[in-house]
Amino acid sequence: QDNRISIWSAGDLGNAGLNGEYHGEPHLLCDIQHNGDVMDMQFLDQERIVVASSTGTVTVFRHHQNNQTLSADHRWEKAHYHVDQDTSCGGAACTGVVCNNPEIVTVGEDGRINLFRADQKDAVRTIDNADSSTLHAVTFLRTTEILTVNSIGQLKIWDLRQQRNEPSQIFSLAGDRVPLHCVDRHPNQQHIVATGGQDGMLSIWDIRQGTMPVSLLNAHEAEMWEVHFHPSDPDHLFTCSEDGSLWHWDTSTNVSEKPSFLHQGGRSTAYLSHSTINQSVVSAWLSNDPTKDRMEITNLIPNQTLSVNSLDVLGPCLVYGTDAEAIYVNRQLFA
Amino acid sequence: APLTDTVPPQVVPGADPSARQLCFAWGPAEVLVCETLFGRAGGFRSRCLAGAGAAARALTGSVAGTGDGAPSSSRVFVVRRDQDIYIQTLRKLFNESHGIFMGLQRSEEELAGKSRKAQLVQVSKNYRSVIRACMEDMHQAAISTRDPALQGQYSTQVSILSAMELIWNLCEILFVEAATAGPLLLRLLDWVRLHVCDVDSMVREVLSSESPSKHKLFWNVVDVFVLQGRMDEARHLLSKEASANPTSMNMYKILDDLMKKMPVPSLGNTQTLTELELKWQHWHEECQRYLHDGTFASSPHMESICKILVGDEDAILEKKELMTTWYHFLVTRLLYSHPTVKPMELRFYAQSSMDLFLGGQSSPEPLDMILMAAFEFEMHQVIKECSIVLSNWWFVAHLTDLLDHCKLLQSHNLYFGSNMREFLLLEYASGLFSHHSLWQLGVDYFDHCPEYGRVYLELHIERIPLSTEQKALKVLRICEQRQMHEQVRSICKIMAMKALRNNRLGSALSWSIRAKDAAFATLISDRFLKDYCERGCFSDLDLIDNLGPSMLLSDRLTFLGKYREFHRLYGEKRFPEAARLLLTLMTAHIAPCSFWMTLLTDALPLLEQKEVIFSAEQTYELMRCLEDLTAGNPDKKKFQDDDVETTKVEMLRLALARNLARVIVKEGTVEGS
Repeated sequence: QDNRISIWSAGDLGNAGLNGEYHGEPHLLCDIQHNGDVMDMQFLDQERIVVASSTGTVTVFRHHQNNQTLSADHRWEKAHYHVDQDTSCGGAACTGVVCNNPEIVTVGEDGRINLFRADQKDAVRTIDNADSSTLHAVTFLRTTEILTVNSIGQLKIWDLRQQRNEPSQIFSLAGDRVPLHCVDRHPNQQHIVATGGQDGMLSIWDIRQGTMPVSLLNAHEAEMWEVHFHPSDPDHLFTCSEDGSLWHWDTSTNVSEKPSFLHQGGRSTAYLSHSTINQSVVSAWLSNDPTKDRMEITNLIPNQTLSVNSLDVLGPCLVYGTDAEAIYVNRQLFA
Repeated sequence: APLTDTVPPQVVPGADPSARQLCFAWGPAEVLVCETLFGRAGGFRSRCLAGAGAAARALTGSVAGTGDGAPSSSRVFVVRRDQDIYIQTLRKLFNESHGIFMGLQRSEEELAGKSRKAQLVQVSKNYRSVIRACMEDMHQAAISTRDPALQGQYSTQVSILSAMELIWNLCEILFVEAATAGPLLLRLLDWVRLHVCDVDSMVREVLSSESPSKHKLFWNVVDVFVLQGRMDEARHLLSKEASANPTSMNMYKILDDLMKKMPVPSLGNTQTLTELELKWQHWHEECQRYLHDGTFASSPHMESICKILVGDEDAILEKKELMTTWYHFLVTRLLYSHPTVKPMELRFYAQSSMDLFLGGQSSPEPLDMILMAAFEFEMHQVIKECSIVLSNWWFVAHLTDLLDHCKLLQSHNLYFGSNMREFLLLEYASGLFSHHSLWQLGVDYFDHCPEYGRVYLELHIERIPLSTEQKALKVLRICEQRQMHEQVRSICKIMAMKALRNNRLGSALSWSIRAKDAAFATLISDRFLKDYCERGCFSDLDLIDNLGPSMLLSDRLTFLGKYREFHRLYGEKRFPEAARLLLTLMTAHIAPCSFWMTLLTDALPLLEQKEVIFSAEQTYELMRCLEDLTAGNPDKKKFQDDDVETTKVEMLRLALARNLARVIVKEGTVEGS
């Protein structure tokens, strides 16, 4: 199998076409061989990318922008593995990676959580058997706390400052323990967390209260692979699924109150306004009731066929990849 | 020509059919050939070892397993086709064409007549543009690679793709669009212009030179334009010659005029066929008059052009080098002798064109035979020939599917019971399944094979290697969507077993829940209980404490959950509830008999509490349980020889008796006082 990590240039942002999609095909800048399937990856900083492999290895690649090459900077072999028994059956994939420079947290099929520091040879901390099932995804809640989701439908908070190997809190779905595949935290309001499940259901949690989700939204017809809040405009949420669709969830209300997405920087402009607007933004995700017409949901893929495995969103750009071996770039998301 | 080069002899290296009888067995992606013990009376040529249908595959054989040391040792060969699917640049072709295929299957069947036809033509054009895009990529790869072997391979691929597009384009004109007399010629002219490109560099050279009319190849280029019916370009060049050479001004004017006036079929409905024929007759006669009058006698070039205009076959044939192919010759002939040719008349012209062009000096190649079959409207022949010559099923599968949607293929049943379209799609999709990731495309193709698609899918899907959980999930989703319950159960069992072996009990449970596999859930629960008995505490509490409704999947699992609840209640000092639960576990037969002893032992501390917990009823129940337990095994040595066990039983009896005593007193006492 020839798997590669590639860096593409998606063309000039200045060229506005009829619809942002087909203007200027992305072209390949450089690529490098990768051992095993790429399960997850994230930029560590402007130059470095951390990649999780199905072989259980975690690699840090460096993109040299002067001569457009990629090189492997650092590698943690066997970051994830099954404890060697007489009947150990195959390797354990590293399923999720999240970065907060210089810290890197990885999770895998072995139920293990690793905390690495870029450039340090060994793991800073490893929680063995953190979970008896597969950990599917991880994200930072605060700088010292992480959220993980697993294949028996549990959302767990881990406090990395504490030495004990137990989660500080466990949340689970009511009803069937449907595996959860992805998790993301609201960029500004850190108590709002979204997860996606194997049945395609989107769950919104308020981790300040209760152990069950605040709302369950019937979304896709198959596994939801990734969920992302828009980093600068978190009224918008994006999910992609095995059923081949990519949904854009829009809870922004009327135009006058809508914070403009062009404002860069973390803070939503809504906080500057008076309390009613504050109220509507704060509760947009938590008290949503789709029948009240406050949420617009659009499928961004006209002719869906195969699974959309991954997506990312930044500013007005959306990029996603499918099982039909195609990458799509949409540079005018809110046009 | 590329298509003939790809037909190597099909020999399995090392297998000698003249010495031994060989037998073979089909696998999902390969053939096993082995030598039997029987010798061979007569020899036979080893050509026939390829599979039915497609040939032209380079076979690689490898020896698997050696003999047993006997004088006639047997060998087994694994014969695997060198699949085109592993060529990186062709992946785009497979993926994009899959999208087009799915679009076609889902397209509106209700559209009738013209709009349906336009839709099908668009689909055909999409396929062709994908082939061209692939050609471009392959060409880039051929230029940029430094490995000569790879370069050769890429160049071959480019020619094969080019030939495929040529054939497809012709099929589109004749079958899908079914161009009628008039537009037919225009389409064929476009086709020739697009595909005969050997002269392009010459054309470019002349046009870009400073004074084209002085270029030695000038007249060649003019001839090319005339042969391809590109009148405006020809006239433009001729005007340069005329301005450079005023003496021939007169001749030039006449020729230019003739070329300008030439009637051509139009795409719109501006004139009927009869009108066109009349006009053309007039024009043809005018050209002939000028020729006979010797108008162009002083310029051999111009005279030959005029001869071409009147359709003089010999004159056209003289320009063989500029036409390069017999089908170019055919179209030129038609343009200048019969522009209103009807589709059904093509076959006669095609056959004679090929004969005249090849002139007995060379024999037709596979590509020529395919095109000839197309001109003769023998669709099945086209497909059959392409199947033999091409190295994978992609082309014939997709073309046949399109033709089937055009309702052009009568469904005559093949030997296997399915029709041709289905047969080809099945073969193509099966080929995809031997690839580690293109198999996903194959699933959709099987879905659209009504007779055997499902069976094929069931067989293939179980053989996909499940290297990661994510891949297993994708396969499972495919099976669930198609109600393939057997396969779901089987895959979940495999994954659950793997998880169990790796001591990932939570994962194992998760897989059993997905398959609703009660038996496996029982297995996992037993594992937990075993761990508990050995260690005295539960592992993976996060799992057991949070079982939720999945607890009901199996009795053992329910017991596990309830038992853990008992421990929790005890830990929280909620003794009456704990006691009640413990009793229920035994009386309701939720607990397995093997565990009763443990449960009773767990009851001990409750019996020894200062406060009386078990009521009289409950105590009697407990005693009954104990008696059931001990009475049931009178000859079990374990109970009699094992001191620990007998001690336990005695302690229990004592504790129960004491508790009974206390509780009788307590219950006998009047409450409240």
